[in-house]
Amino acid sequence: MRSDREASAPFGLKVAAACGLLFLHVPILLIFVYAFTTEDKTYQWPPPGFTTQWLGVTWNRTDVWEALTVSVKIAAIATLIAIVLGTLCAAAVSRSRFFGREAISLLIILPIALPGIITGISLRSAFSLMDIPFSTWTIVLGHATFCVVVVYNNAVARFRRTSGSLIEASYDLGADGFQTFRYVILPNIGTALLAGGMLAFALSFDEVIVTTFTSGQQQTLPIWMLEELVRPRQRPVTNVVAMVVVLVTLIPIIAAYYLTREGDQVSGAGK
Amino acid sequence: MSGTVALTDRGAPAILTARNGLLGALSDLFWRKPKLLLFLMLLPPVLWLGIVYLGSLFALLLQSFFSIDEYSGMIKREFTLKTYGELLQPANLDIMIRTVVMATLVTIASAVVAFPIAHYAARYARGKWKALFYLGIMLPLWSSYLVKIYAWKLILAKEGIFNWALANLHLTGLLEAWLALPIVGGSSLSVSFTGTFIVFVYVWLPFMILPIQASLERIPVSLVEASADLGASPGRSFWSVIFPLALPGVAAGSIFTFSLTLGDYIIPKIIGTSHLFIGQAVYAHQGTAGNIPLAAAFTVVPIVVMGLYLWMAKRMGAFDAI
Repeated sequence: MRSDREASAPFGLKVAAACGLLFLHVPILLIFVYAFTTEDKTYQWPPPGFTTQWLGVTWNRTDVWEALTVSVKIAAIATLIAIVLGTLCAAAVSRSRFFGREAISLLIILPIALPGIITGISLRSAFSLMDIPFSTWTIVLGHATFCVVVVYNNAVARFRRTSGSLIEASYDLGADGFQTFRYVILPNIGTALLAGGMLAFALSFDEVIVTTFTSGQQQTLPIWMLEELVRPRQRPVTNVVAMVVVLVTLIPIIAAYYLTREGDQVSGAGK
Repeated sequence: MSGTVALTDRGAPAILTARNGLLGALSDLFWRKPKLLLFLMLLPPVLWLGIVYLGSLFALLLQSFFSIDEYSGMIKREFTLKTYGELLQPANLDIMIRTVVMATLVTIASAVVAFPIAHYAARYARGKWKALFYLGIMLPLWSSYLVKIYAWKLILAKEGIFNWALANLHLTGLLEAWLALPIVGGSSLSVSFTGTFIVFVYVWLPFMILPIQASLERIPVSLVEASADLGASPGRSFWSVIFPLALPGVAAGSIFTFSLTLGDYIIPKIIGTSHLFIGQAVYAHQGTAGNIPLAAAFTVVPIVVMGLYLWMAKRMGAFDAI
Protein backbone atom coordinates (compact mmCIF):
# COMPACT_ATOMS: atom_id res chain seq x y z
CA MET A 1 0.00 0.00 0.00
CA ARG A 2 1.16 3.51 -0.63
CA SER A 3 1.72 5.66 2.37
CA ASP A 4 2.32 9.14 1.00
CA ARG A 5 0.67 11.63 3.27
CA GLU A 6 -0.34 13.94 0.44
CA ALA A 7 -2.73 11.33 -0.91
CA SER A 8 -5.78 13.00 -2.38
CA ALA A 9 -9.17 12.44 -0.84
CA PRO A 10 -11.50 9.71 -2.11
CA PHE A 11 -14.06 11.06 -4.56
CA GLY A 12 -17.02 10.30 -2.32
CA LEU A 13 -15.50 12.24 0.56
CA LYS A 14 -14.88 15.26 -1.67
CA VAL A 15 -18.48 15.24 -2.84
CA ALA A 16 -19.86 14.83 0.70
CA ALA A 17 -17.65 17.63 2.06
CA ALA A 18 -18.56 19.95 -0.82
CA CYS A 19 -22.28 19.25 -0.38
CA GLY A 20 -21.96 19.90 3.36
CA LEU A 21 -20.30 23.26 2.76
CA LEU A 22 -22.94 24.18 0.17
CA PHE A 23 -25.65 23.26 2.68
CA LEU A 24 -23.99 25.65 5.15
CA HIS A 25 -23.60 28.57 2.79
CA VAL A 26 -26.42 28.59 0.24
CA PRO A 27 -29.11 29.71 2.75
CA ILE A 28 -26.99 32.69 3.80
CA LEU A 29 -26.28 33.64 0.18
CA LEU A 30 -30.02 33.56 -0.55
CA ILE A 31 -30.49 36.37 1.97
CA PHE A 32 -28.38 38.60 -0.26
CA VAL A 33 -30.55 37.81 -3.28
CA TYR A 34 -33.79 38.45 -1.42
CA ALA A 35 -32.61 41.86 -0.21
CA PHE A 36 -32.86 43.09 -3.80
CA THR A 37 -36.10 41.45 -4.93
CA THR A 38 -38.97 43.56 -6.25
CA GLU A 39 -41.52 41.20 -4.70
CA ASP A 40 -42.78 42.59 -1.39
CA LYS A 41 -45.71 40.36 -0.41
CA THR A 42 -44.36 36.79 -0.66
CA TYR A 43 -41.06 34.89 -0.62
CA GLN A 44 -41.34 34.12 -4.31
CA TRP A 45 -38.44 32.36 -6.03
CA PRO A 46 -37.03 33.15 -8.53
CA PRO A 47 -37.40 36.88 -7.77
CA PRO A 48 -39.52 38.59 -10.44
CA GLY A 49 -37.01 41.45 -10.66
CA PHE A 50 -34.27 43.28 -8.82
CA THR A 51 -34.25 46.71 -7.24
CA THR A 52 -32.19 48.66 -4.73
CA GLN A 53 -35.11 50.74 -3.48
CA TRP A 54 -35.47 48.72 -0.24
CA LEU A 55 -32.03 49.84 0.90
CA GLY A 56 -33.29 53.42 0.89
CA VAL A 57 -36.58 52.49 2.51
CA THR A 58 -34.74 50.68 5.32
CA TRP A 59 -32.31 53.56 5.74
CA ASN A 60 -35.21 55.90 6.52
CA ARG A 61 -36.84 53.61 9.08
CA THR A 62 -36.45 55.09 12.55
CA ASP A 63 -37.51 51.87 14.36
CA VAL A 64 -34.66 49.97 12.72
CA TRP A 65 -32.16 52.66 13.68
CA GLU A 66 -33.41 52.73 17.27
CA ALA A 67 -33.14 48.96 17.58
CA LEU A 68 -29.66 49.06 16.08
CA THR A 69 -28.57 51.76 18.54
CA VAL A 70 -29.85 49.78 21.51
CA SER A 71 -28.08 46.63 20.25
CA VAL A 72 -24.76 48.38 19.69
CA LYS A 73 -24.91 50.09 23.08
CA ILE A 74 -25.67 46.85 24.91
CA ALA A 75 -23.03 44.89 23.00
CA ALA A 76 -20.40 47.56 23.68
CA ILE A 77 -21.02 47.71 27.43
CA ALA A 78 -21.33 43.92 27.77
CA THR A 79 -18.09 43.47 25.80
CA LEU A 80 -16.21 45.91 28.04
CA ILE A 81 -17.37 44.09 31.18
CA ALA A 82 -16.55 40.73 29.60
CA ILE A 83 -13.04 41.87 28.63
CA VAL A 84 -12.26 43.01 32.18
CA LEU A 85 -13.72 39.94 33.91
CA GLY A 86 -12.47 37.44 31.31
CA THR A 87 -8.91 38.77 31.34
CA LEU A 88 -8.70 38.83 35.13
CA CYS A 89 -9.94 35.28 35.32
CA ALA A 90 -7.68 34.05 32.52
CA ALA A 91 -4.64 35.66 34.15
CA ALA A 92 -5.43 34.09 37.51
CA VAL A 93 -6.19 30.64 36.10
CA SER A 94 -3.21 30.45 33.76
CA ARG A 95 -0.49 31.81 36.04
CA SER A 96 -1.09 29.73 39.12
CA ARG A 97 -2.60 26.55 40.41
CA PHE A 98 -4.93 26.90 43.34
CA PHE A 99 -7.74 25.13 45.06
CA GLY A 100 -10.98 25.44 43.08
CA ARG A 101 -9.29 26.24 39.77
CA GLU A 102 -11.32 23.63 37.90
CA ALA A 103 -14.51 24.89 39.53
CA ILE A 104 -13.80 28.40 38.28
CA SER A 105 -13.31 27.31 34.67
CA LEU A 106 -16.55 25.36 34.95
CA LEU A 107 -18.33 28.42 36.37
CA ILE A 108 -17.18 30.50 33.40
CA ILE A 109 -18.31 27.95 30.82
CA LEU A 110 -21.64 27.12 32.46
CA PRO A 111 -23.66 30.10 31.14
CA ILE A 112 -22.88 29.01 27.61
CA ALA A 113 -23.00 25.24 28.17
CA LEU A 114 -26.52 25.24 29.58
CA PRO A 115 -29.28 26.12 27.11
CA GLY A 116 -29.81 29.89 26.80
CA ILE A 117 -33.38 29.57 27.96
CA ILE A 118 -32.15 28.47 31.40
CA THR A 119 -29.89 31.52 31.75
CA GLY A 120 -32.76 33.68 30.53
CA ILE A 121 -35.46 32.41 32.81
CA SER A 122 -33.11 32.29 35.83
CA LEU A 123 -32.25 35.95 35.38
CA ARG A 124 -35.88 36.87 34.79
CA SER A 125 -37.09 35.12 37.91
CA ALA A 126 -34.25 36.63 39.95
CA PHE A 127 -35.10 40.12 38.70
CA SER A 128 -38.75 39.63 39.54
CA LEU A 129 -37.92 38.20 42.98
CA MET A 130 -35.83 41.27 43.74
CA ASP A 131 -38.26 43.69 42.07
CA ILE A 132 -35.63 44.98 39.66
CA PRO A 133 -37.40 46.71 36.74
CA PHE A 134 -36.35 45.61 33.26
CA SER A 135 -34.11 48.06 31.47
CA THR A 136 -31.14 48.21 29.14
CA TRP A 137 -29.02 47.33 32.17
CA THR A 138 -30.80 44.06 32.87
CA ILE A 139 -30.04 43.05 29.27
CA VAL A 140 -26.39 44.06 29.73
CA LEU A 141 -26.22 42.01 32.91
CA GLY A 142 -27.34 38.89 31.05
CA HIS A 143 -25.16 39.47 28.00
CA ALA A 144 -21.98 40.15 29.96
CA THR A 145 -22.48 36.87 31.84
CA PHE A 146 -22.24 34.68 28.77
CA CYS A 147 -19.73 36.91 26.92
CA VAL A 148 -17.05 36.38 29.59
CA VAL A 149 -16.33 32.90 28.25
CA VAL A 150 -15.24 33.98 24.76
CA VAL A 151 -12.79 36.58 26.07
CA TYR A 152 -11.58 34.08 28.67
CA ASN A 153 -10.99 31.35 26.06
CA ASN A 154 -8.95 33.64 23.84
CA ALA A 155 -6.97 35.13 26.71
CA VAL A 156 -6.19 31.75 28.31
CA ALA A 157 -4.86 30.41 25.00
CA ARG A 158 -2.59 33.43 24.65
CA PHE A 159 -1.38 33.39 28.26
CA ARG A 160 -0.39 29.78 27.77
CA ARG A 161 1.80 30.74 24.83
CA THR A 162 3.32 33.76 26.58
CA SER A 163 6.44 32.64 28.36
CA GLY A 164 6.57 33.34 32.08
CA SER A 165 10.26 34.19 31.79
CA LEU A 166 9.34 37.37 29.91
CA ILE A 167 7.54 38.60 32.99
CA GLU A 168 10.38 37.54 35.28
CA ALA A 169 12.85 39.32 33.01
CA SER A 170 10.76 42.47 33.26
CA TYR A 171 10.88 42.30 37.05
CA ASP A 172 14.61 41.59 37.00
CA LEU A 173 15.17 44.65 34.87
CA GLY A 174 13.48 46.78 37.49
CA ALA A 175 9.93 47.21 36.29
CA ASP A 176 7.19 47.17 38.87
CA GLY A 177 4.00 45.12 38.53
CA PHE A 178 2.06 47.83 36.73
CA GLN A 179 4.88 48.62 34.33
CA THR A 180 5.23 44.93 33.58
CA PHE A 181 1.53 44.75 32.84
CA ARG A 182 1.59 47.86 30.68
CA TYR A 183 4.78 47.17 28.69
CA VAL A 184 5.16 43.38 28.69
CA ILE A 185 1.86 41.59 29.32
CA LEU A 186 -0.54 43.89 27.50
CA PRO A 187 1.35 43.98 24.18
CA ASN A 188 1.53 40.19 24.32
CA ILE A 189 -2.13 39.55 24.96
CA GLY A 190 -3.49 42.64 23.17
CA THR A 191 -4.55 40.99 19.92
CA ALA A 192 -6.08 38.05 21.77
CA LEU A 193 -8.16 40.46 23.86
CA LEU A 194 -9.19 42.36 20.75
CA ALA A 195 -10.21 39.12 19.05
CA GLY A 196 -12.07 37.92 22.14
CA GLY A 197 -13.74 41.30 22.47
CA MET A 198 -14.91 41.24 18.88
CA LEU A 199 -16.32 37.76 19.24
CA ALA A 200 -18.06 38.82 22.44
CA PHE A 201 -19.50 41.81 20.60
CA ALA A 202 -20.78 39.59 17.79
CA LEU A 203 -22.24 37.15 20.32
CA SER A 204 -24.08 39.89 22.22
CA PHE A 205 -25.17 41.73 19.06
CA ASP A 206 -26.86 38.56 17.81
CA GLU A 207 -28.28 37.23 21.09
CA VAL A 208 -32.03 36.79 21.24
CA ILE A 209 -32.99 34.01 23.68
CA VAL A 210 -31.63 35.56 26.87
CA THR A 211 -32.69 39.00 25.66
CA THR A 212 -36.35 38.07 25.32
CA PHE A 213 -36.34 37.21 29.01
CA THR A 214 -34.39 40.19 30.31
CA SER A 215 -35.82 43.07 28.27
CA GLY A 216 -38.85 45.15 29.03
CA GLN A 217 -39.76 47.77 26.45
CA GLN A 218 -36.29 47.84 24.92
CA GLN A 219 -36.09 46.49 21.41
CA THR A 220 -32.73 45.19 20.25
CA LEU A 221 -32.22 44.39 16.60
CA PRO A 222 -32.64 40.61 17.11
CA ILE A 223 -35.89 41.24 19.00
CA TRP A 224 -37.07 43.41 16.10
CA MET A 225 -36.20 40.59 13.69
CA LEU A 226 -37.91 38.00 15.87
CA GLU A 227 -41.15 39.96 15.74
CA GLU A 228 -40.89 40.14 11.98
CA LEU A 229 -40.28 36.40 11.85
CA VAL A 230 -43.34 35.61 13.91
CA ARG A 231 -45.61 38.18 12.20
CA PRO A 232 -44.14 39.27 8.86
CA ARG A 233 -45.36 42.79 8.14
CA GLN A 234 -42.60 44.40 6.10
CA ARG A 235 -40.76 41.63 4.29
CA PRO A 236 -38.52 43.82 2.10
CA VAL A 237 -37.21 45.77 5.11
CA THR A 238 -36.60 42.51 7.00
CA ASN A 239 -34.66 41.14 4.02
CA VAL A 240 -32.38 44.19 4.00
CA VAL A 241 -31.92 44.13 7.79
CA ALA A 242 -31.03 40.42 7.60
CA MET A 243 -28.39 41.14 4.97
CA VAL A 244 -26.91 43.99 7.01
CA VAL A 245 -26.81 41.80 10.14
CA VAL A 246 -24.89 39.11 8.24
CA LEU A 247 -22.39 41.67 6.97
CA VAL A 248 -21.97 43.31 10.39
CA THR A 249 -21.29 40.00 12.15
CA LEU A 250 -18.91 38.77 9.43
CA ILE A 251 -16.47 41.65 9.86
CA PRO A 252 -15.51 40.91 13.49
CA ILE A 253 -15.24 37.17 12.76
CA ILE A 254 -12.84 37.62 9.86
CA ALA A 255 -10.88 40.23 11.80
CA ALA A 256 -10.67 37.96 14.86
CA TYR A 257 -9.43 35.15 12.61
CA TYR A 258 -6.58 37.25 11.26
CA LEU A 259 -5.68 38.56 14.70
CA THR A 260 -5.26 35.14 16.28
CA ARG A 261 -4.33 32.82 13.45
CA GLU A 262 -0.60 32.84 14.22
CA GLY A 263 -0.18 29.86 16.49
CA ASP A 264 -3.49 29.44 18.21
CA GLN A 265 -7.04 29.25 17.01
CA VAL A 266 -9.90 31.61 17.55
CA SER A 267 -11.93 30.15 20.33
CA GLY A 268 -15.12 30.27 18.42
CA ALA A 269 -15.94 26.66 19.14
CA GLY A 270 -17.20 27.66 22.53
CA LYS A 271 -19.97 29.82 21.23
CA MET B 1 9.11 55.16 39.81
CA SER B 2 12.56 54.36 41.03
CA GLY B 3 14.34 51.42 42.54
CA THR B 4 14.09 47.76 41.69
CA VAL B 5 12.51 44.72 43.21
CA ALA B 6 13.09 44.99 46.90
CA LEU B 7 12.05 41.78 48.56
CA THR B 8 11.79 38.18 47.64
CA ASP B 9 8.71 36.22 48.51
CA ARG B 10 10.57 34.48 51.31
CA GLY B 11 10.87 37.79 53.06
CA ALA B 12 14.66 38.01 52.77
CA PRO B 13 16.16 41.33 53.85
CA ALA B 14 15.81 44.13 51.35
CA ILE B 15 18.78 44.48 49.08
CA LEU B 16 17.29 47.48 47.42
CA THR B 17 15.02 50.14 48.76
CA ALA B 18 11.25 49.87 48.56
CA ARG B 19 9.38 51.67 45.83
CA ASN B 20 8.00 55.15 46.24
CA GLY B 21 4.41 56.17 45.83
CA LEU B 22 1.17 54.31 46.15
CA LEU B 23 1.49 52.32 42.93
CA GLY B 24 5.02 51.30 43.83
CA ALA B 25 3.94 50.21 47.29
CA LEU B 26 1.05 48.22 45.81
CA SER B 27 3.39 46.60 43.33
CA ASP B 28 5.74 45.59 46.14
CA LEU B 29 2.84 44.26 48.18
CA PHE B 30 1.67 42.05 45.30
CA TRP B 31 5.23 40.81 44.79
CA ARG B 32 5.50 39.80 48.42
CA LYS B 33 2.03 38.31 48.54
CA PRO B 34 1.16 36.73 45.19
CA LYS B 35 -1.85 35.04 46.78
CA LEU B 36 -3.33 38.47 47.50
CA LEU B 37 -2.99 39.48 43.85
CA LEU B 38 -4.55 36.19 42.79
CA PHE B 39 -7.41 36.76 45.17
CA LEU B 40 -8.00 40.30 43.92
CA MET B 41 -7.90 39.13 40.30
CA LEU B 42 -10.41 36.36 40.89
CA LEU B 43 -12.74 38.42 43.04
CA PRO B 44 -14.59 40.42 40.34
CA PRO B 45 -15.31 37.55 37.91
CA VAL B 46 -16.23 35.11 40.66
CA LEU B 47 -18.48 37.66 42.36
CA TRP B 48 -20.17 38.49 39.06
CA LEU B 49 -20.77 34.92 37.96
CA GLY B 50 -21.48 33.74 41.48
CA ILE B 51 -24.08 36.40 42.24
CA VAL B 52 -25.60 37.13 38.84
CA TYR B 53 -25.51 33.66 37.39
CA LEU B 54 -25.42 31.06 40.15
CA GLY B 55 -27.63 33.26 42.32
CA SER B 56 -30.29 33.42 39.62
CA LEU B 57 -29.99 29.74 38.85
CA PHE B 58 -30.48 28.95 42.51
CA ALA B 59 -33.46 31.30 42.72
CA LEU B 60 -34.99 29.48 39.77
CA LEU B 61 -34.49 26.03 41.26
CA LEU B 62 -35.97 27.27 44.49
CA GLN B 63 -39.12 28.40 42.70
CA SER B 64 -39.63 24.98 41.15
CA PHE B 65 -40.51 23.82 44.67
CA PHE B 66 -43.23 26.46 44.97
CA SER B 67 -46.64 26.01 43.45
CA ILE B 68 -49.30 28.14 41.88
CA ASP B 69 -52.72 28.58 43.42
CA GLU B 70 -55.22 27.41 40.82
CA TYR B 71 -57.92 29.90 41.80
CA SER B 72 -56.05 33.12 42.48
CA GLY B 73 -53.12 32.47 40.12
CA MET B 74 -50.77 33.63 42.89
CA ILE B 75 -47.54 31.83 43.66
CA LYS B 76 -47.57 30.09 47.05
CA ARG B 77 -44.11 30.35 48.56
CA GLU B 78 -43.99 27.12 50.50
CA PHE B 79 -42.17 23.87 49.82
CA THR B 80 -44.09 21.36 47.72
CA LEU B 81 -43.38 18.69 45.11
CA LYS B 82 -46.76 19.29 43.47
CA THR B 83 -45.24 21.21 40.56
CA TYR B 84 -42.93 18.33 39.73
CA GLY B 85 -45.98 16.09 39.85
CA GLU B 86 -47.57 18.24 37.15
CA LEU B 87 -44.61 17.52 34.92
CA LEU B 88 -45.74 13.89 34.79
CA GLN B 89 -49.11 14.72 33.24
CA PRO B 90 -49.44 13.06 29.82
CA ALA B 91 -49.39 16.39 27.92
CA ASN B 92 -46.16 17.46 29.62
CA LEU B 93 -44.57 14.02 29.24
CA ASP B 94 -45.35 14.26 25.53
CA ILE B 95 -43.48 17.54 25.32
CA MET B 96 -40.43 16.05 27.02
CA ILE B 97 -40.38 12.90 24.91
CA ARG B 98 -40.85 14.91 21.71
CA THR B 99 -37.96 17.19 22.61
CA VAL B 100 -35.57 14.42 23.60
CA VAL B 101 -36.38 12.39 20.45
CA MET B 102 -35.86 15.47 18.27
CA ALA B 103 -32.57 16.26 20.02
CA THR B 104 -31.38 12.68 19.46
CA LEU B 105 -32.31 12.67 15.76
CA VAL B 106 -30.77 16.10 15.19
CA THR B 107 -27.57 14.95 16.88
CA ILE B 108 -27.30 11.81 14.74
CA ALA B 109 -28.01 13.70 11.51
CA SER B 110 -25.54 16.46 12.39
CA ALA B 111 -22.82 13.89 13.04
CA VAL B 112 -23.46 12.20 9.67
CA VAL B 113 -23.39 15.49 7.73
CA ALA B 114 -20.50 16.95 9.75
CA PHE B 115 -18.11 14.01 9.56
CA PRO B 116 -17.11 14.27 5.88
CA ILE B 117 -16.57 18.03 6.16
CA ALA B 118 -14.46 17.64 9.30
CA HIS B 119 -12.57 14.69 7.80
CA TYR B 120 -11.70 16.56 4.64
CA ALA B 121 -10.77 19.74 6.52
CA ALA B 122 -8.57 17.86 9.01
CA ARG B 123 -6.78 15.34 6.82
CA TYR B 124 -6.80 16.54 3.21
CA ALA B 125 -7.18 20.33 3.09
CA ARG B 126 -3.80 22.09 2.93
CA GLY B 127 -2.63 25.70 2.85
CA LYS B 128 -5.17 28.01 1.26
CA TRP B 129 -7.87 25.33 1.33
CA LYS B 130 -7.34 24.82 5.02
CA ALA B 131 -7.99 28.50 5.74
CA LEU B 132 -10.97 28.44 3.40
CA PHE B 133 -12.47 25.45 5.20
CA TYR B 134 -11.84 27.07 8.55
CA LEU B 135 -13.61 30.28 7.59
CA GLY B 136 -16.22 28.23 5.74
CA ILE B 137 -17.15 26.62 9.05
CA MET B 138 -16.67 29.67 11.28
CA LEU B 139 -18.73 32.09 9.21
CA PRO B 140 -21.97 30.06 9.33
CA LEU B 141 -21.28 29.34 13.02
CA TRP B 142 -21.12 33.02 13.85
CA SER B 143 -23.71 34.28 11.39
CA SER B 144 -26.82 35.57 13.07
CA TYR B 145 -28.98 32.82 14.48
CA LEU B 146 -32.20 34.60 13.53
CA VAL B 147 -31.00 35.35 10.03
CA LYS B 148 -30.26 31.65 9.54
CA ILE B 149 -33.78 30.75 10.63
CA TYR B 150 -35.15 33.51 8.42
CA ALA B 151 -33.22 32.10 5.47
CA TRP B 152 -34.97 28.77 5.98
CA LYS B 153 -38.31 30.47 6.16
CA LEU B 154 -37.53 31.86 2.70
CA ILE B 155 -36.35 28.48 1.43
CA LEU B 156 -39.21 26.37 2.77
CA ALA B 157 -42.01 28.81 1.90
CA LYS B 158 -44.60 27.41 -0.52
CA GLU B 159 -43.48 29.84 -3.23
CA GLY B 160 -39.81 29.47 -2.17
CA ILE B 161 -36.72 28.00 -3.78
CA PHE B 162 -37.10 24.47 -2.41
CA ASN B 163 -40.49 23.83 -3.96
CA TRP B 164 -39.33 25.60 -7.12
CA ALA B 165 -36.34 23.27 -7.38
CA LEU B 166 -38.48 20.19 -6.76
CA ALA B 167 -41.00 21.31 -9.38
CA ASN B 168 -38.23 21.77 -11.94
CA LEU B 169 -36.89 18.30 -11.12
CA HIS B 170 -40.44 16.90 -11.31
CA LEU B 171 -40.15 15.59 -7.76
CA THR B 172 -43.10 17.46 -6.24
CA GLY B 173 -44.99 14.17 -5.93
CA LEU B 174 -42.25 12.81 -3.69
CA LEU B 175 -42.53 15.77 -1.32
CA GLU B 176 -46.32 15.43 -1.24
CA ALA B 177 -46.00 11.75 -0.37
CA TRP B 178 -43.60 12.62 2.44
CA LEU B 179 -45.86 15.37 3.79
CA ALA B 180 -48.80 12.96 3.76
CA LEU B 181 -47.00 10.75 6.30
CA PRO B 182 -48.17 10.99 9.90
CA ILE B 183 -45.99 12.80 12.48
CA VAL B 184 -43.21 13.92 10.11
CA GLY B 185 -45.65 15.41 7.61
CA GLY B 186 -47.90 18.45 7.61
CA SER B 187 -49.60 20.87 5.26
CA SER B 188 -46.22 22.19 4.09
CA LEU B 189 -42.56 21.76 5.02
CA SER B 190 -42.45 24.96 7.06
CA VAL B 191 -45.19 23.70 9.37
CA SER B 192 -43.93 20.13 9.84
CA PHE B 193 -41.48 18.38 12.15
CA THR B 194 -39.39 17.65 9.07
CA GLY B 195 -38.91 21.39 8.58
CA THR B 196 -38.04 21.89 12.27
CA PHE B 197 -35.55 19.02 12.02
CA ILE B 198 -33.80 20.43 8.93
CA VAL B 199 -33.43 23.87 10.49
CA PHE B 200 -32.08 22.41 13.75
CA VAL B 201 -29.48 20.39 11.85
CA TYR B 202 -28.53 23.43 9.79
CA VAL B 203 -28.16 25.81 12.69
CA TRP B 204 -26.15 23.46 14.97
CA LEU B 205 -24.02 21.78 12.30
CA PRO B 206 -20.86 23.91 12.82
CA PHE B 207 -20.90 23.00 16.53
CA MET B 208 -20.53 19.37 15.48
CA ILE B 209 -17.90 19.94 12.78
CA LEU B 210 -15.37 21.78 14.95
CA PRO B 211 -14.84 19.17 17.71
CA ILE B 212 -14.74 16.30 15.18
CA GLN B 213 -12.16 18.20 13.17
CA ALA B 214 -10.12 18.85 16.32
CA SER B 215 -10.10 15.16 17.26
CA LEU B 216 -9.21 14.08 13.70
CA GLU B 217 -6.33 16.53 13.57
CA ARG B 218 -4.86 14.95 16.67
CA ILE B 219 -4.55 11.50 15.09
CA PRO B 220 -0.88 11.03 14.12
CA VAL B 221 -0.36 10.34 10.41
CA SER B 222 2.00 7.52 11.38
CA LEU B 223 -0.90 5.53 12.83
CA VAL B 224 -2.72 5.57 9.51
CA GLU B 225 0.53 4.77 7.70
CA ALA B 226 1.15 1.84 10.02
CA SER B 227 -2.32 0.55 9.30
CA ALA B 228 -1.65 0.76 5.56
CA ASP B 229 1.77 -0.89 5.97
CA LEU B 230 0.10 -3.76 7.78
CA GLY B 231 -2.05 -4.33 4.72
CA ALA B 232 -5.28 -2.55 5.54
CA SER B 233 -7.22 -1.03 2.67
CA PRO B 234 -8.01 2.71 2.99
CA GLY B 235 -11.57 1.80 3.98
CA ARG B 236 -10.39 -0.66 6.64
CA SER B 237 -7.93 1.94 7.99
CA PHE B 238 -10.76 4.43 8.25
CA TRP B 239 -13.16 2.15 10.12
CA SER B 240 -10.57 0.47 12.36
CA VAL B 241 -8.21 3.37 13.11
CA ILE B 242 -9.53 6.81 12.25
CA PHE B 243 -13.20 6.43 13.14
CA PRO B 244 -12.73 5.03 16.68
CA LEU B 245 -10.22 7.78 17.46
CA ALA B 246 -12.65 10.44 16.21
CA LEU B 247 -15.50 9.24 18.42
CA PRO B 248 -14.59 11.50 21.38
CA GLY B 249 -14.95 14.42 18.96
CA VAL B 250 -18.37 13.21 17.90
CA ALA B 251 -19.35 12.91 21.56
CA ALA B 252 -18.09 16.44 22.25
CA GLY B 253 -20.04 17.84 19.31
CA SER B 254 -23.13 15.97 20.36
CA ILE B 255 -23.04 17.79 23.71
CA PHE B 256 -23.61 21.04 21.84
CA THR B 257 -26.21 19.79 19.37
CA PHE B 258 -28.14 17.93 22.05
CA SER B 259 -28.09 20.72 24.63
CA LEU B 260 -28.91 23.45 22.13
CA THR B 261 -31.86 21.50 20.73
CA LEU B 262 -33.18 20.76 24.22
CA GLY B 263 -33.34 24.43 25.13
CA ASP B 264 -34.36 26.07 21.88
CA TYR B 265 -37.81 27.60 21.58
CA ILE B 266 -37.48 29.94 18.61
CA ILE B 267 -36.85 27.43 15.81
CA PRO B 268 -39.91 25.22 16.53
CA LYS B 269 -42.01 28.37 16.96
CA ILE B 270 -41.10 29.78 13.56
CA ILE B 271 -40.64 26.59 11.53
CA GLY B 272 -42.77 23.87 13.03
CA THR B 273 -46.11 22.57 14.14
CA SER B 274 -48.29 23.73 17.00
CA HIS B 275 -46.95 20.89 19.18
CA LEU B 276 -44.67 22.34 21.85
CA PHE B 277 -41.05 21.61 22.72
CA ILE B 278 -39.58 22.06 26.22
CA GLY B 279 -38.28 25.55 25.47
CA GLN B 280 -41.66 26.68 24.20
CA ALA B 281 -43.39 25.21 27.23
CA VAL B 282 -41.03 27.10 29.55
CA TYR B 283 -41.62 30.28 27.62
CA ALA B 284 -45.39 29.86 27.61
CA HIS B 285 -45.62 29.04 31.32
CA GLN B 286 -43.48 31.94 32.51
CA GLY B 287 -45.03 34.42 30.09
CA THR B 288 -48.78 34.61 29.59
CA ALA B 289 -49.63 31.93 32.15
CA GLY B 290 -47.39 33.45 34.81
CA ASN B 291 -46.74 29.97 36.19
CA ILE B 292 -43.09 30.43 37.08
CA PRO B 293 -42.92 27.32 39.31
CA LEU B 294 -43.97 25.02 36.46
CA ALA B 295 -41.66 26.84 34.04
CA ALA B 296 -38.83 26.37 36.55
CA ALA B 297 -39.64 22.68 36.96
CA PHE B 298 -39.57 22.33 33.17
CA THR B 299 -36.07 23.83 32.96
CA VAL B 300 -34.88 21.25 35.46
CA VAL B 301 -35.56 18.58 32.80
CA PRO B 302 -32.88 19.77 30.34
CA ILE B 303 -30.49 20.34 33.27
CA VAL B 304 -30.94 16.74 34.45
CA VAL B 305 -30.83 15.30 30.91
CA MET B 306 -27.67 17.29 30.17
CA GLY B 307 -26.15 16.22 33.48
CA LEU B 308 -26.66 12.57 32.54
CA TYR B 309 -25.43 13.24 29.02
CA LEU B 310 -22.29 15.01 30.20
CA TRP B 311 -21.56 12.17 32.59
CA MET B 312 -21.78 9.64 29.74
CA ALA B 313 -19.78 11.88 27.41
CA LYS B 314 -17.06 12.24 30.02
CA ARG B 315 -16.76 8.47 30.19
CA MET B 316 -16.26 8.46 26.41
CA GLY B 317 -13.46 11.00 26.74
CA ALA B 318 -15.39 13.80 25.05
CA PHE B 319 -13.88 16.54 27.19
CA ASP B 320 -10.42 16.05 25.75
CA ALA B 321 -11.79 16.92 22.34
CA ILE B 322 -13.53 20.22 23.05
